[in-house]
Amino acid sequence: MEKPYRRRDLLGIRDLTAAEINGILDTAENFREINAREIKKVPTLRGKTVINLFFENSTRTRTSFELAAKRLSADAVNISVSSSSVTKGETILDTALNLDAMQPDCIVVRHSSAGVPHQLAKVSKAAIVNAGDGANEHPTQALLDAMTIREHKKKIKGLDVAIVGDILHSRVARSNIHLLTKLGAKVRVAGPGTLVPGDFQHLVDKGLEVCPHVEDAILGADVVMILRIQRERQDSAYFPTLREYSIHYGLTNERLDLAKKDAIVLHPGPMNRGIEISSDVADSSRSLILDQVKYGVAVRMAVLYLSTGGSMVSA
Amino acid sequence: MADEAHLVEKSRIMDSARMKRAISRLASEIVEENHGAKDLYLVGIRRRGVPLAERITDKIEQLEGVRPLFGILDITLYRDDLSTVGASPIVNRTELEEDIEGKIIVLVDDVLYTGRTIRAALDQLMDFGRPKKVQLAVLVDRGHEHRELPIQADFIGKIVPTKQTEIIKVMLKEFDDVEAVGIFERPSE
Repeated sequence: MEKPYRRRDLLGIRDLTAAEINGILDTAENFREINAREIKKVPTLRGKTVINLFFENSTRTRTSFELAAKRLSADAVNISVSSSSVTKGETILDTALNLDAMQPDCIVVRHSSAGVPHQLAKVSKAAIVNAGDGANEHPTQALLDAMTIREHKKKIKGLDVAIVGDILHSRVARSNIHLLTKLGAKVRVAGPGTLVPGDFQHLVDKGLEVCPHVEDAILGADVVMILRIQRERQDSAYFPTLREYSIHYGLTNERLDLAKKDAIVLHPGPMNRGIEISSDVADSSRSLILDQVKYGVAVRMAVLYLSTGGSMVSA
Repeated sequence: MADEAHLVEKSRIMDSARMKRAISRLASEIVEENHGAKDLYLVGIRRRGVPLAERITDKIEQLEGVRPLFGILDITLYRDDLSTVGASPIVNRTELEEDIEGKIIVLVDDVLYTGRTIRAALDQLMDFGRPKKVQLAVLVDRGHEHRELPIQADFIGKIVPTKQTEIIKVMLKEFDDVEAVGIFERPSE
């Protein structure tokens, strides 16, 4: 039998085996039914405390984690940067130690610097779940993307997946590249030369291809994953204008026609309509953006369940 | 469970023919008690309650000409020992496609022992609605002296008084090589 998932912290997809990834996905699959009930709550994590520690703005991810905790009957506390002591000069480590002293069972952390969750995991007695660290990883996003793909394609192995956009700054892209290649998909990335990192060589023999043109990546793809253009980085001149980006890299119906007929479109949100994705595509039946959000709650329920429960064994 | 292979079978209390007869009798008792199959909803508790509930459902359909509703409960998320088992047991899906509101629910499990599984199943059931009545059918009742909660079965295949050190295994072709019920024990060191 394959080694089951036995981790407390979920810091990234990079550390996980294919069996562990499938273990989380299978668990999440079974949590979906709870979200379809009239009473969307089970008593499983009653008495456990989950702290959502967000040093970076987020509506979707934070709400998703909060709902996941509440639907498992855990007590969820949200801390965002604007209301935290960090603005009063406290270091992240001190913040973490103070929270730890209140004995939470799990801390879900998002930070603009890579590695913060890993640092917290070293000092905290609580389970640490990475909800996005800098440009490093966003494991639960990759898991919910995989769940969406599995639901619609019934498999991941052997699929052609195009990831288009700002790969350089994207933790979503990194987590997805690790996850999809581990599960046997072929991943093709494309974006402006300034936004595709040069350090992907080690992933090439694992099934990653860097394409010079967006059309090459999309051609024959089963899944087209569009990344958000981080407009807040517009000052840094990675590309001349948003309009030019949209003309060369935006996903339009014409570009999507290059993909397989039954190709699906994913976007981690929030979308910039008319920039990286046209409204026609975003609102079409091929776009599964709202399914991604829906599965996100089930994935986070599975992650919280596995992290606070210890490990996974057969009953 | 890893050490299950080392268990020694002390005695066999049912073979497949006796199991079949017990299931037929459970089916007749259920329809007799409820005056037919109207509003009947059989709900198997994972894992081994599921095939048993399916077989009772088939039998009731043969007897009455109407097929009762059928569903599946996975009680993992309602267990009271999650923090003490030290690990998260695998979660499987609960499947109650039809509304339980106003129905006569017959919970089905293989063995009734401490009653804690049934407590979890009742809690979960109530989260789905308000059934008219809930009854319990088990293939084997290990005796009320083991009960840790005030729970008893309405329909019993066989009462088997056991010691705490003994383990009752209901083997079903869906999961095992044979169809039988046996009393097992860990070999003494």
